[in-house]
Amino acid sequence: MESVGKSMKRVDARGKVTGEARYANDLKPKNCLTAKVVHATIANGRVLSIDTSEAEKVPGVVKIVTCFDVPDIEFPTAGHPWSVEPAHQDIADRKLLNERVRLYGDDIAAIVGTDNVACERAERLLKISYEEYDPIVTVDQALAPGATPLHPNLRKDNVLLHTSFRSGELTYEEAKEKAAEEYGADQLLEHSAVYQTARIAHCHIESATSWAYVDTNGKVTVTSSTQIPHIMRRVISQALGWPVGKIRVIKPYIGGGFGNKQDVLYEPLNAFLTIACGGRPVELEISREECMASTRTRHAVRGEVKALFTRDGKLLARTMDEYSNGGAYASHGHAITASIATIFKDLYHDEYGCRSDATTVYTSSATAGAMRAYGVPQAVFIADCLADDICQAGGFDPLKFRMDNCVGAGFSASNGITYYSYSMKECMRRGAEAIGWEEKRKAYAGQTGSVRHGVGMSIFMYKVGVHPISLETSSARMILNQDGSMQVELSATEIGQGADTVFTQMASEITGITPDRVYIISTQDTDLAPFDTGAYASRQTFVTGKAVKKCGIEFRKKILDYASYMLDRPAEELMIWQNQICEKLPEDESAKIDPAAAWADFPDVDFKPFELKDLPNGEDSILRDTGNIEGKPGKVLLDMKDLAQTAFYSLSRSEHITAEVTSHCKENSFASGCSFVDLTVDMPLGKVKINRIINVHDSGRLINPQLAQAQVHGGMAMGIGYALSEELLYDAKGRPLNDNLLDFKIPTSMDIPDLETIFLELDDPMGPFGNKALGEPPVISVAPAIRNAILNATGVAMNELPMTPQRLVEAFREKGLI
Amino acid sequence: MYDIEHYVEAVSVEDAIEHLKADPDATVISGGTDVLVRLRSGKGVGGTLVSIHEIPELHGVDRLLNGTLVIGPATCFTDLAKDPLIRSCVPYLGEAVETVGGPQIRNMGTIGGNLCNGATSADSAAVMQTLNTRLVLQGPDGSREVPVTEFYLGPGKTVRKREEILTAILIEPQDYVGFTGCYIKYGKRRAMEIATLGCCVRVKLGAAPADEAAENGGGQETAAQDMQSGGNPESRVISDIRIGYGVAAPTPIRCYKTENLLRGRSAADPSVYELIGEHVLEEVQPRSSWRASKEFRLQLISELARRALREAMLSSLGNNLFA
Repeated sequence: MESVGKSMKRVDARGKVTGEARYANDLKPKNCLTAKVVHATIANGRVLSIDTSEAEKVPGVVKIVTCFDVPDIEFPTAGHPWSVEPAHQDIADRKLLNERVRLYGDDIAAIVGTDNVACERAERLLKISYEEYDPIVTVDQALAPGATPLHPNLRKDNVLLHTSFRSGELTYEEAKEKAAEEYGADQLLEHSAVYQTARIAHCHIESATSWAYVDTNGKVTVTSSTQIPHIMRRVISQALGWPVGKIRVIKPYIGGGFGNKQDVLYEPLNAFLTIACGGRPVELEISREECMASTRTRHAVRGEVKALFTRDGKLLARTMDEYSNGGAYASHGHAITASIATIFKDLYHDEYGCRSDATTVYTSSATAGAMRAYGVPQAVFIADCLADDICQAGGFDPLKFRMDNCVGAGFSASNGITYYSYSMKECMRRGAEAIGWEEKRKAYAGQTGSVRHGVGMSIFMYKVGVHPISLETSSARMILNQDGSMQVELSATEIGQGADTVFTQMASEITGITPDRVYIISTQDTDLAPFDTGAYASRQTFVTGKAVKKCGIEFRKKILDYASYMLDRPAEELMIWQNQICEKLPEDESAKIDPAAAWADFPDVDFKPFELKDLPNGEDSILRDTGNIEGKPGKVLLDMKDLAQTAFYSLSRSEHITAEVTSHCKENSFASGCSFVDLTVDMPLGKVKINRIINVHDSGRLINPQLAQAQVHGGMAMGIGYALSEELLYDAKGRPLNDNLLDFKIPTSMDIPDLETIFLELDDPMGPFGNKALGEPPVISVAPAIRNAILNATGVAMNELPMTPQRLVEAFREKGLI
Repeated sequence: MYDIEHYVEAVSVEDAIEHLKADPDATVISGGTDVLVRLRSGKGVGGTLVSIHEIPELHGVDRLLNGTLVIGPATCFTDLAKDPLIRSCVPYLGEAVETVGGPQIRNMGTIGGNLCNGATSADSAAVMQTLNTRLVLQGPDGSREVPVTEFYLGPGKTVRKREEILTAILIEPQDYVGFTGCYIKYGKRRAMEIATLGCCVRVKLGAAPADEAAENGGGQETAAQDMQSGGNPESRVISDIRIGYGVAAPTPIRCYKTENLLRGRSAADPSVYELIGEHVLEEVQPRSSWRASKEFRLQLISELARRALREAMLSSLGNNLFA
């Protein structure tokens, strides 16, 4: 391939390095008013009144709106495609400002002024009275008999939803009986445990921010730092009760989202505030503290698990009862909690089956929503703590146990998602070899002393897209310029991950127009950009990549049709190569890659047999089209520039060559990989030093290896923070304690060791370029690998995240190690 | 935008004091890394800030003829850490302030602010305690000197009056000459961190009684020789020791009783490490907070004292410590 698979420099590198790239706040007009959200200072209750009279007298205050002034409309905020079936629609459970206070910091009023000082001075003069109920911050408090239901109109108690998933026919107890018959009761072992993950914040560099105005035609225009411009447009319309066409959302460059901006945050309120101020531009920048306490978080999850296995390390049955702290509002509802339960179940093969029950609970604390890898880090933490605890109990080697019991080649989930390309075991093998697994396990056995070494591992599987759980649709538009260059327009957004660059590479690959002449429009404007649900999951290169490919094929065909007209030769004899129309010569047979040979490096990979023509949407031509490599370029016949000029200005056949397509993606696959960690534990100080950490990924073919590596590095760093230091804390009254970057400990560059990455580039037949998911997977298996290495070093099983120095010291003391 | 009504850039200490006297809502600002954070959180808003940042005599480090080090309070952490006098006379002070926040904070924050903010978690606090630092406060009624060990009244509270300016930080030669030391900041991460605990141990080794006759030179020279060539621990005693902590109590503290217990003991006596670890526990008063439990801090207090003492001894004796 010409462009795909190369480490091309980011198309936005210059702007981002020099600081010239413009973000939402850089674009606001000079006369922009500023707004501040007023947050409740109780965790559970009701606003009885807000006296604004003194506050309104503050010079510079333009408008104060309270929870008593907003439309009586409850709306959903999740960045999901809207379901046309009411039963599957996202839960609408919040208003623009809420009279019913459901968390400390709930949004109860907003002040618009000429500057933030005027707003803050006014805020201090508000007289607010509340009716207060007991805070229900934890899952146990919220589920306790008599706990106040937070959403009595929607749920009689605080259970948002409970679902049960299952593989196999037998219950755990039945499995135990059968196993006793089959293996003998004395051959069976059991392990049960409770694992707890932490609530964490995304900590994107750019806070959630937006500004809005009403244009001369009465259309509300919101410029926002979001991952999901088109969904945001729909949600603002729902929140205001305005038609979608009267809402316009613009998304410029954004400084990270990690899923927090896969939710509609304060943009509907921002739209409401500009309307309330007669259409004057109003900015609403959410502070770091507000981002952490009042936007979205990762679900804190408790997993109560049981496992049955044989003395020689065969996994027979598992159960999990999972409780997920969903916070005050539904956001993504039960989707993430359910994802945890299914991945827990699917990651290992239980001979008799697995049951996992998932409960999402409303609590009076920060709303949990999407965050990088959508519940799978929690699922894998629970599943892989359990795996190593089983090994500890049975005396098994954790690598061998996983080789013997992990999800197998050709696995199909109950919803049909299938491992079309599979290399979980090969990933493990390469990671183990790189870290020196066997030697280290031997060397670290039987240590004494207060400083000890350990090695640990963890594996993961990850759904590439969300089909068939949810709709996957993506549109793309390509437009020819007079000089033979082209624009690409998409709405799967650049959020720092490098989407603009890889889409440029893909468009170049298919059209034969070189990347320097492919101009991707980074800013999405919902009035102009074609529809896509946005940047989330790990879907863009897979789902939007298909749209780019499909659009490129059509665009190429139109160019070649025109070339055929100009050259008076059949289009089939022509190809575009490096901005030239060339003769197309048959490809050398010797240059063709035998698919079997491409897999030769992977001894026990397996791949699900399938026929492209059987694909559900009949778009096999998209998957099969490999751009220009099916032929090789011959004589140059015509420059693209001449073709374009003629096409625009021809007196006999003037044609603006453009293409626009929608790709409804109905394919999916699994990506997989693992983490290996070697570390040193200084027990008296509770300090963990990571000596080596290796992530191995099978994400199919890489579109841009350097960007792929950067993506993995970021994810690994995030995983280290998740393992050792990050946790949002609350006091008994439900007040957040550490909603700032001093006390919420994300690792600094000083805390991150060298990060090693290994890729297995296995072609996945479902990916447009053989590619699979990579955006989220790097974060998944890091924390359990670290936990398992600490277990190896000290023999202490840490069952709660994060594994802070204090928790470690307490555990070492309890075991008499210090 | 910060909620500040007036801002005054003082041209001299006297000028700053005049402004502070004239306006009862006025606050001193220098680097601003604490004051602005407080303002942002809504505390002390709408007042006057009197900046002492541009007063030349408040910057830099000097040594008087008698050996006293004079540190200008408006010296930022970065400048302090790289100052040649600090590096040669009290390197552990430079190392301590290099653990403050990140590079940007260290370019703004000042050593005087670190003291006057009154926090027990200040990164210079433990070291300053062990140096018997004296602070010169100038107010409307003239100047006074306060030992740093008497400077703190409680969390965020010091004896400095609102209209007083810290004009100099003094360290006498008897408090630094011949000492080696070690500061350990214990944080949950390696930068951008507030200390969970700070521990400074400094030792001065002298001749053991048996060798005393053979020693004709002053303690200073001997210590200097030791630092160059190591030295035999058998022939050395701990002639002086200073133990200082941050976050081990509501204010920075010294552990005088433990110091007295260890003074005079042989540098070769392995029990000193156990003794320091045990006895400091009787002199500290850490509290439980959501940041760290009392029990965890006690564990650190003990462990860090042992490690800091060992490092301080290593600096004096080199590898001979383990000979």
